[in-house]
Amino acid sequence: MAHSVRRDAPELPDFSLLKRLARDQLIYLLEQLPGRKDLFIEADLMSPLDRIANVTTLKQHDVDKLYKVEHKPIVSTSDQLCFLIRPRIKTVKWICDVVNADKAFGRFRRYKIIFSPQKFYACENLLEEQGIFGDVTTDEWSFYLLPLDDDIISLELPEFFRDYFLEGDQRWVRTAGSALHLLHSVYGPFSKVYGIGRCSKMAYESWREQVEEGEQRARQAEIGNVFLIDRDVDLVTPLCSQVVYEGLVDDIFRIKCGCVEFCPDVTSSDKSIKVMLNSQDKVFNEIRNEHFSQVFGFLSQKARNLQTAYDKRSGMNIKQMKTFVSEELKGLKQEHRLLSLHIGASESMMKKKTKQDFQELLKTEHSLLEGFEIRECISYIEEHINRQVSMVESMRLLCLLSLTENGLLPKDYRSLKAQFLQSYGIEHLLTFSNLKQLGLLVEQQPGETLTVMESRVGKLVNDKTAGKLTDAFSSLAKKSNFRALGRRLNLVPKSDEEYDLRVPRDMAYIFSGAYIPLSCKLIEQVLERDGWTGLEEVTRMLNGHEFAVTAGSNGSDARVKTDSQRIILVMFLGGCTFSEISALRFLGREKGIKFIVVTTAITNSARLLESMLDNHA
Amino acid sequence: MWASLASHLAYHVTTVINSVCVCVCVCVCVCVCVCVCVCVCVYRKIELYEMGWSLRDGLKECLVAAAPYGGPIALLRQPQRPSSSARPQLEIYSSSGANMASFPWKSGPVRQLGWTVCDDLLCIQEDGTVLIYDLFGAFKRHFSMGNEVVQNQVLEAKVFHSPYGTGVAIVTGASRFTLATNIDDLKLRRLPEVPGLQGAPSCWVVLTQDRQTKVLLANGVDLYILDNTSCTPVVRQTQTTYSLLCLIILALSPLTVCVFQTPPGLSPQACSIVNMAVSFSYKYLALFTDSGHLWMGSANLKDKLSEVDTKVRTPPKQMVWCRRPKSQQPSVVIMWDRLLLVAGECTDTIQYTLDEESVCVAELDGVRIIGGSRHELLQEVPSACQDIFKIASMAPGALLLEAHKEYEKSSQKADEYLREIKEQSVLGEAVRQCVEAAGYEHEPETQKTLLRAASFGKCFLSNYPPEPFVSMCRDLKVLNSVREYTVGIPLTHTQYKQMTVQVLIDRLVYRKLYPLAIEICRYLKTPEYQGVSRVLKHWACCKVQQKEEPDESIAHAVSVKLGEAAGISYSEIAARAYECGRTELAIKLLEFEPRSGEQVPLLLKMKRSQLALSKAIESGDTDLVYTVVTYLKNEMNRGDFFMTLRNQPVALSLYRQFCKHQEQDTLKDLFNQDDDHQELGNFYVKASYKEKKLEARLSLLQSAVDEYNKAKNEFAAKATEEEMKLLRFQRRLDEEKGEALLGLSLQETLHALLTSNFHKQAEQLYRDFRVPDKRYWWLKLTALAEKDDWEEMEKFAKSKKSPIGYLPFVEVCVKQHNKYEAKKYVSKVTPEQKVKAHLAIGDLEGAAEAAIERRSEGEISTVLSRCSPTTDRALLERLNRARSTAAKK
Repeated sequence: MAHSVRRDAPELPDFSLLKRLARDQLIYLLEQLPGRKDLFIEADLMSPLDRIANVTTLKQHDVDKLYKVEHKPIVSTSDQLCFLIRPRIKTVKWICDVVNADKAFGRFRRYKIIFSPQKFYACENLLEEQGIFGDVTTDEWSFYLLPLDDDIISLELPEFFRDYFLEGDQRWVRTAGSALHLLHSVYGPFSKVYGIGRCSKMAYESWREQVEEGEQRARQAEIGNVFLIDRDVDLVTPLCSQVVYEGLVDDIFRIKCGCVEFCPDVTSSDKSIKVMLNSQDKVFNEIRNEHFSQVFGFLSQKARNLQTAYDKRSGMNIKQMKTFVSEELKGLKQEHRLLSLHIGASESMMKKKTKQDFQELLKTEHSLLEGFEIRECISYIEEHINRQVSMVESMRLLCLLSLTENGLLPKDYRSLKAQFLQSYGIEHLLTFSNLKQLGLLVEQQPGETLTVMESRVGKLVNDKTAGKLTDAFSSLAKKSNFRALGRRLNLVPKSDEEYDLRVPRDMAYIFSGAYIPLSCKLIEQVLERDGWTGLEEVTRMLNGHEFAVTAGSNGSDARVKTDSQRIILVMFLGGCTFSEISALRFLGREKGIKFIVVTTAITNSARLLESMLDNHA
Repeated sequence: MWASLASHLAYHVTTVINSVCVCVCVCVCVCVCVCVCVCVCVYRKIELYEMGWSLRDGLKECLVAAAPYGGPIALLRQPQRPSSSARPQLEIYSSSGANMASFPWKSGPVRQLGWTVCDDLLCIQEDGTVLIYDLFGAFKRHFSMGNEVVQNQVLEAKVFHSPYGTGVAIVTGASRFTLATNIDDLKLRRLPEVPGLQGAPSCWVVLTQDRQTKVLLANGVDLYILDNTSCTPVVRQTQTTYSLLCLIILALSPLTVCVFQTPPGLSPQACSIVNMAVSFSYKYLALFTDSGHLWMGSANLKDKLSEVDTKVRTPPKQMVWCRRPKSQQPSVVIMWDRLLLVAGECTDTIQYTLDEESVCVAELDGVRIIGGSRHELLQEVPSACQDIFKIASMAPGALLLEAHKEYEKSSQKADEYLREIKEQSVLGEAVRQCVEAAGYEHEPETQKTLLRAASFGKCFLSNYPPEPFVSMCRDLKVLNSVREYTVGIPLTHTQYKQMTVQVLIDRLVYRKLYPLAIEICRYLKTPEYQGVSRVLKHWACCKVQQKEEPDESIAHAVSVKLGEAAGISYSEIAARAYECGRTELAIKLLEFEPRSGEQVPLLLKMKRSQLALSKAIESGDTDLVYTVVTYLKNEMNRGDFFMTLRNQPVALSLYRQFCKHQEQDTLKDLFNQDDDHQELGNFYVKASYKEKKLEARLSLLQSAVDEYNKAKNEFAAKATEEEMKLLRFQRRLDEEKGEALLGLSLQETLHALLTSNFHKQAEQLYRDFRVPDKRYWWLKLTALAEKDDWEEMEKFAKSKKSPIGYLPFVEVCVKQHNKYEAKKYVSKVTPEQKVKAHLAIGDLEGAAEAAIERRSEGEISTVLSRCSPTTDRALLERLNRARSTAAKK
């Protein structure tokens, strides 16, 4: 289990500063509305807010009652209402209704809207249209980044993926740029920035703009290089079943804002327990990156160790006992509690996952990744749909099939789609339309495929025009080129070799040795080559938009391998999975570097696909 | 022009202190000042410039206005021969007499000229119209002093300055006063009537006191104070017409004294006041009576400073205060046709003869006297200068200056002087005096001598702070450069400090002396955005107004010049270009603007909405895009608006997002416009789910079908049609059987039917919707198992050959914990799945049997892994044996 940790791995910067900044600003904003007030909080801001300022802190600053925004008429009796919301039209509209209702009732209150992380013109415009612009005061709480762990920072914007990649709405891009700017101004200056994807490029540009507008301070950099990546560069990875412990916990129990609620059958008591999952939890810290098959062994070993530690008591005299109780016992007890929780969780997961169908599911997934026995896979998926095992799972498999095979054959596409609709309802006609738009689930074009045409065109004209043409084609149909990429980057190890999950040899261990996540492989390759040279073919298949820029004037210093140079910030625009984080941690250990993952939100296959549904309640 | 000025300036600025300056031009005398003493005060008259203008008749027959702080001079010259056709000539000169503008006056007769604080020329006409011109004679705007003035005409007018800006006061033919305190924020105030006043008063001034603007006027013997609400007569204590009543009131309440203000101590022989002057700071007032007496006192008329009998009985032409700040001595300069008189505290006066028509300009620290050929400064000699230059002065500064002179001559006397200063330990004071005196001197040579002496003295001091010396050198360099003949701003050091560098730069910019302004900014190291960049911006704004130059070259010139300056807002320059009607140039300039947020609003203003939209999109700032979109939405008709959006996908998707939340119908129109039938279909489907009523829902779905058909998406059309069919079917069943099926998916419907024993209806659905056999079998199987209807299941199994095989039967039974039933189907399972089937019901032996029979190594291993070594030893052995044989093959 022990990884060969390179001793010179650099220290991570202290991100708790970000929390402090956010808290101080929030308190300042709350005090802008003096006196007692009721606070309405957007539902998905509640957990992040809890990590920044707890109820006691809020109460200290004259917050009377806390409510969740539920888009219903309110019952508050306070004369001052404060709304802490995301800049969403729906919520603003609700506030307008609240204010207008008060007006109709002849009731006078003071209203303040705090938009987090920023306000949009559309929101203010709505206030104006509804005629309450003068009645409310607005503010921005520039709470861009929530540190979830030592090396994970989240923007907590799950809608980023759908808004940008599906709806083509770019409003969050600037937010991402601002987040980057915040990190740059606190932990920078960054020396080099790499990236791939249109959104990454835009976020990068937005950040540069902000850097140029603001003042520069020469400081000791704590973060050296930055890698920006769009989620749609690699959609395969988040669609695979996660088998690393942390990812699996997320898939099954759903980790929310670094916190998970274990249901009663895990806790073996009659109530659920909320547990923070981060590096503070010693047991979890050791197993989070492990393949699930290894976790049980580790946990039982741990239990034995714990027992021995407890057993030490027997041979102790009174003095020793005293020190034991005062120093070790508490730690042991804590460890004991955590251990039992994780064992409970593992058992519960075992129950679900070791069943025959899960094994078959994994087998199908691996076949898809490897490109073997596609027909069997299709009939498996068909059966999966027919038996209504799970809507999201069925869709996930369909998408994986399409992504790995560069689209489905028209015949298969139609029949699978028809069956899916019969099983899960016609409303998914819209979901399919969304999936198609995003390129997650497409029909192969009859006749000549685009790849062939493109390569021909590419040969005829120079690179630049070819790039433009590629753009043009990509707007017609997004293709994944998964097979070609897999060969090129060696993503799928040969299946005939036995893969020892005990001693992982590459990042493929996070998928039982079946597949190295494309996103992480790209990062590895680019860092190794210090740029995109030699990866031209790959970037062409990924629709380009790659860049590598030496930021700032200290270009000469970049060669000096200071500690900060070995801290790499990876920003996922559109979300990343725990498996990818585990893979990057593994890569970091191998290379003696540390990765900090900044993501718009932690995602997984279920969240990704659920965001594609058109919720028509 | 630029280059030549710049080089000239570079020469100038670097050599100001070190060279013999040209600013005093022809006058060769080493010391032009003639110092004259009145009591304790010493006055001097310095020649500033020999005027560069050539006026045939001097200042005769001219209306003259000169701005304080060395500002410009405006002349309105009456035509030589007054005839109806000849027009007066308006001319604007710098203080050195360099012509800046000259044009014939075409508007009505002018009563008064005046300058605003920001160097704009005010021409007050007889009819009350005030025209504003800039320094170069370009008309800016005009305003009127009220309608009633048109009839009554302006008799007299005054321009005054206050903390609120520049104001104008007039008195009309109807003897009424009208005031405007700030012409930039015009609020006309008509003051109350003055009792007994006919025509214009004999003299009047505007006072600013206690944040209030008042008029003090004299009508013969009577003095009045006019404020917003009332006209208060100032009662002379000496007058016998003092009413008894007033005396009583006075006796009763001493507080009311202030109501009856009066110039205290004004001699009884004084009769009527013929002229009055208020000081630069509005603190002091001077009154001149027809008896030739001059009364000086505080402006609130409470204290008297002095009274002088000038022995001249003619009313003076002009009377101004000449007093430097902090000086204790009052002094007033009075001018007659050929005589200039300085009156101070004691009865002696200084008299100068004037050989030409002149005008006095009150300054903060003196009086400028502008004549036809000369421009002079009359001021009280500052005490520092007095101390140093007084004959046989033993002041520390004088000694230091002497020491330095000796030192230059390499004489040992230098040491003696130094010792003398040091013994009194006043060397610091000596240096300070020299530095201060240098500031008051206009002659660069004198400045240099004093500064050298100061620098010499500084050498013998260990801890003398260098700042005053350095900043004085800097200030003088700047001052000398602006006093230069070609620039013509004769500022004194005191004025400069009062005015601040910022204002000086502004004035230079206003005079289009950009190179000098930039050099000064650079020299003083003014922060770029306040200094150089600001000047450059003004330059560019001026440049874009040069109509004769083509757009291309202007844009190029501007970009080259402004390229490296920080904090330049191109949008402001572009806005100026647009104001001048040069839209194309404005667009070109906007290209240089790095911040899109600045580009977009102007582009919108210029109605270049398309360009604004693409710029906004380029910026990546969605707020900006949204601003443009909302603007377009209101500006354009719908069709054009949609067409515009169609070419801009980013804006389109943004607008769609907005419509999704706000205006569903617009969304539909948007799709319609684009002939996007697919999206329209989706739109209807989505709408159908929001609809509660079945009929409406069906009709929406029908629309969706039509759209899908148009989009040639047969699949979607068919699926939707089937949905409609299903809905109808569900409704029928709901009505007939009371099932709540509506809205369920096909599969769910089937399941519900099967579990409720509606096999016939299920069968019908199965046929109607061509449900695949496999699915139907699975469905029925699970439904039966859930109901524990084993009999029916058996029947079902036998009805036909199962398309899904029989393993599912086994599994379903096991799932419902019915191993007994499960066993029934094991035998039917295909050989490939036998092992699985046996294992499912927990029959290890059966599984082993099957596995061995199949001779499949993998299957044997699977069974093996399920065996426990304790209980199934025999079986284990058998399996192991079989495996080895299988492996051999």
